[in-house]
Amino acid sequence: MIDVDVARRIGGFNLKVAFRNDDGITALFGRSGAGKSLTIGLIAGLERPDHGHVILDGRVLADTDSHIFLPAYRRRIGIVFQDSHLFPHLGVRQNLLFGRWFASRRARAISFDAVVETLGIGHLLSRTPVKLSGGERQRVAIGRALLSCPQLLLMDEPLASLDIARRLEILPLVERLRDEFKVPIVYVSHDIEEVSRLASRVVVLERGQVAAIGDPADVLPSALSDDARIDRASVLAMRVGKRDETYGLTELIHPAGTIWLAGAHGGEGAKLRVVIKAIDVTLSVAPPQGLSIQGALKGRLAKVEALGPLAVAHIALDGDGTLLAMTTRRALDRLGLDLGLDGGQPIFALVKTAALDERLVGGA
Amino acid sequence: MHDFLGPDDWTAVFLSLRIAIVALLGSLPFGILIAYALARWNFPGKTLVTALIYLPLVLPPVVTGYILLIAFGRRGVFGQALADLGIVLSFRWTGAALACAIMGFPLMVRAMRLSFEAIDPNLEKAASTLGANPVFRFLLVSLPLALPGIVVGATLSFARALGEFGATITFVSNIPGETQTISALIYTYTQVPGGDESALHLTLVSLVIAAVAIVASEIIQVRGEKRLARG
Repeated sequence: MIDVDVARRIGGFNLKVAFRNDDGITALFGRSGAGKSLTIGLIAGLERPDHGHVILDGRVLADTDSHIFLPAYRRRIGIVFQDSHLFPHLGVRQNLLFGRWFASRRARAISFDAVVETLGIGHLLSRTPVKLSGGERQRVAIGRALLSCPQLLLMDEPLASLDIARRLEILPLVERLRDEFKVPIVYVSHDIEEVSRLASRVVVLERGQVAAIGDPADVLPSALSDDARIDRASVLAMRVGKRDETYGLTELIHPAGTIWLAGAHGGEGAKLRVVIKAIDVTLSVAPPQGLSIQGALKGRLAKVEALGPLAVAHIALDGDGTLLAMTTRRALDRLGLDLGLDGGQPIFALVKTAALDERLVGGA
Repeated sequence: MHDFLGPDDWTAVFLSLRIAIVALLGSLPFGILIAYALARWNFPGKTLVTALIYLPLVLPPVVTGYILLIAFGRRGVFGQALADLGIVLSFRWTGAALACAIMGFPLMVRAMRLSFEAIDPNLEKAASTLGANPVFRFLLVSLPLALPGIVVGATLSFARALGEFGATITFVSNIPGETQTISALIYTYTQVPGGDESALHLTLVSLVIAAVAIVASEIIQVRGEKRLARG
C-alpha cells in the first residue's frame, strides 16, 4: 500500500496531495498543469517534498519530519514515462534487463518470459529501440519497468503520445499487468476514457490540490465541469446482458433501460463502466419509436445547467446514476420539462450505439 | 630514404608521441569527470572552476609555461613537495606531458561537456528509477551516450599536445632526448644554417600524425553515432 501526503512549492505553484492506494489501479486525473507529473516525481524520489511523507508497504521512503529521503534508485518504484525513454545505446533485451540486474535475487518475483509473453515483445528482443514503432517502444518501456520488480508501478500518461489504434492495443495490456503481476499501479492521465476504464479509484487534481477522491463513476462526472462542451460526459455502471451474434452487438443493462454496444465485451453478467458523452445523448418525452437509435434510458430531469445557447440536462436515471445530455436551451423549453425527481414526468435518454467505442468501456 | 629522418629526428618523433599519449591518458579521467560535473551539477564556484580550466586557451602559452615553472620548478610550491617524493617535473619529459595536458585540457573538457549536456536527463532519471545508483548510472548510461564527444575531446587534446610548443619550451626547455619534441626540433632547425630540409621533413611527419589522429577519431565517432541512430 502506498500512503502519500506531500507538499511542494515551485515558484507560485503549490502542490498538496494526499491519498492512499491499495491493490489495483489508482488514477491521478487532471488537466495539464494540475501537478500530476510532479506528484509522480515526488513518489518516485526524483523530487524532494517540502513537507510530508511517502510510505510504501510500511517502508518510509520520505518523511520530512524525521529527515528521511530515499533516493529514487533505492525505492523500488518503476516508472513508465510518456515518451518511453528507452536507452538508445542498448538493445531491447538489455533495456528490459537493465533494472533486473539491480533488483536483488530475492526480489525477482516477476519472470522475464512471462513479461515478454504478456506484452507480446518476443520478436523485438534482438532489435534496438530506434527501430521500434511508438507502440512497440512503449510496450518495451512497460516491460523494462516491470522487470525491475517494483513494489509500485507509476505510469505517467503512458498512452498520450500514441494514436488511438495503438492505445487500444496497450490498454488491455495495462489491465493484464494489474491482474497477472499483482503490481499496484498509480496511473496518471488527463483522458477520462482511459481513467474510467482502468482505475478502481480516482484522485482528481486541480491546480495542485486534491479536488476529489473516489470511485470513477462518482468522481469523474463532476471532475469534467470545465467549459469544453465535448468533454462533458457521464460514467454509468452497467451489466452485460445478451449478445446479438447476428449483428455483433452486446446488450448493456441498467435499471433504467438497456443500450447496445458494438462488439463483444465481457461475459454475460460482467460489470462494466461506460462513458457516455453528453453530446451523444438525445432526449425524448415519449418512448422512442421509429428511430435508428436503439438504446433508451428512463429517468427524470434533475437539473439544468445553462451554457450560453446550450444547456446540460442532468437526468437522474431510474435505479442509480446520473446521465448528462447536451441540448440547446430552446429544445429543453419546447419539451416542456419540469424539474423534479418525483413529480417530474419521465424522460427518455437516447444513446447512439455507434458513438460508444471500445475506449469508453471498462471493467468495473 | 633512411636519410629522410635522422636519429635525432626519430628520437623527437617518438618522444612527442610518448608525451602526447601520456598527457592524454593522464588527463582523460579528470577531463571526463570535470566535464560531467560541469554539465550536470550546480555547485558554488562553478564559474570560477570553468574560468580556471579554460584559462590556458586564452593565455599566451609562454605565460602558462612560466606559471608551471613557478609552481612545479624545483623551488616551486608544488615542485618542492613533489621533489621530496622523488618526482621531478621541470626539464623532464614528464613535465612536458604535464604542460601538454594542461594546454589540451580546455579543448577536451569543452567537447565532452557539450556531449554530456546533450544527453536527455530523462534517460538518467529512468536509470535511477530502475535501481541504478549514481556510479552505475554514469557508467552504463551517461558515459556510453557521451562517447562520441569523449572521442572528439580526446582527439583535440592529443592533437594539441603534439603541437604544443610555447608552454613546453618555457617549462621544460629544449633538451634533446628529454624534452625536445617535434615542434621544438623544427624550431631548432630553423635557427641553424642549412636546417631547412630537416625542418621540412619533420613538418611532413607532423602532418601525417595529425591526419591519422583526426581520421581515426572521425571513424570511431561515425561508428558510435551510427550505433545510436540506426542500430
